Amino acid sequence: MSVKIKALKKSLWLFHFNGGSCNNCDIEILDCLTPKFDLERFGIKLVGSIRHADVLVVTGFVSKQAAPRLKRLYEQAPKPLIVIACGTCACSGGIFASSYHMAGPVDEIIPVDAYIPGCPPKPEAIISAVVKLWQKLK
Amino acid sequence: MTKILLQILIFPGFLFTAILGCLVSWIDRKVTARVQWRVGPPLLQPFYDFVKLLGKETIVPEGGARRIFLIAPLIALAAITLVSTLLWQVLLWPQQSFLGDLIVVIYLLTVLPIAVIIGGAASANPLASLGASREMKLILGYELPFILALFVPVIQAGGKIRLGELLTWQWTNHPFLYSWSGIVAFVVAILCMQAKLGLVPFDMSEAETEIIAGPYIEYSGAPLTLYKLTRWMMLFVLPMFLVIMFMGGIVFSSWHILWGILKYVILLVVVILIRNTNPRLRIDQAMRFFWGPVTGLALLAVILAFVGV
Repeated sequence: MSVKIKALKKSLWLFHFNGGSCNNCDIEILDCLTPKFDLERFGIKLVGSIRHADVLVVTGFVSKQAAPRLKRLYEQAPKPLIVIACGTCACSGGIFASSYHMAGPVDEIIPVDAYIPGCPPKPEAIISAVVKLWQKLK
Repeated sequence: MTKILLQILIFPGFLFTAILGCLVSWIDRKVTARVQWRVGPPLLQPFYDFVKLLGKETIVPEGGARRIFLIAPLIALAAITLVSTLLWQVLLWPQQSFLGDLIVVIYLLTVLPIAVIIGGAASANPLASLGASREMKLILGYELPFILALFVPVIQAGGKIRLGELLTWQWTNHPFLYSWSGIVAFVVAILCMQAKLGLVPFDMSEAETEIIAGPYIEYSGAPLTLYKLTRWMMLFVLPMFLVIMFMGGIVFSSWHILWGILKYVILLVVVILIRNTNPRLRIDQAMRFFWGPVTGLALLAVILAFVGV
């Protein structure tokens, strides 16, 4: 394993994009950073700008408004970039799957590396996704 | 010539400061985590961040001034390296310092925010230029009380302006902190240092929740690494500067080394606690704060120093 990947595994910086979610998944993501779960133990922290990010976390079914912006964010991010679809809506569309303003679940717009199902996913589920990402990064 | 280069690049200069800066930024994150009842990152976290950011892609925004955008972080890094070299030379060999190095240090410390402003303005991003303009106003705010506060030790020592002489004066008499004017000036200097470091009550120039990292918004990869490294080194160098100016520096003999490190760590933890227990001010509130009460206190300290208490 190269030094680059090893360092990347130890310091994943998250950028969080809300593509029309009900805000439930977003709160669960923030839950992971609270004292009880504290993902900063593993070097994970939230950043404000996509240029600083290593992980793009997308929540919500992606609406027609949000889809071009999501695509643009993906293009603006410095590579290597990992994309996580967080929540049932982001994975498959959830209850919005056949609605008129749906631009498709995340993987129809940008390539996705990990899916976290759940409505909303528990913080434990998000942490298990992080562990699976570590195993995938080689 | 090689000796000077080695000093700047390795021992008191770049490498040494960078490693200790990483350590200090870890202390910052760890104490912050403990204040918030969390566990906090591992010891090597800043090194991981550093290596990871070096491995990322560097993007120069379309419409930005490419050359200035890439040079600005180097200017900041060079300035902080020089400050650190000067200060450590003073600590290790107080007789060698040259006339007016205090003024050189003050100038070099002003170069750092200017480099950030140049970089932000060159990135062609409205939020970055907003952050740069706030940084500019903040310099105007804190620079006057900071210089007045640093004037107090000079007056107390009888007009000496070499850092080495100020340090030996403190070793033969008493640290400048042990006098009324010294205490007031020290408080003012801590507040100004907080603004210089861009830590929480005065971090409006990079407020990540409103203007998402301000001047740093478009930086990625290696230039961002340099900025981060500069910030960590500042967190190491600036408290050290105040320890030299007010608390008698570090004496390099047996137990005195531990006492010196303890002084430094206490000052660092004070900075971190201020950072963790305050909300962010607006830029106009910060200006009013610095030009009102803080400058008043600094003037009071100067008057007290002239009176001789």
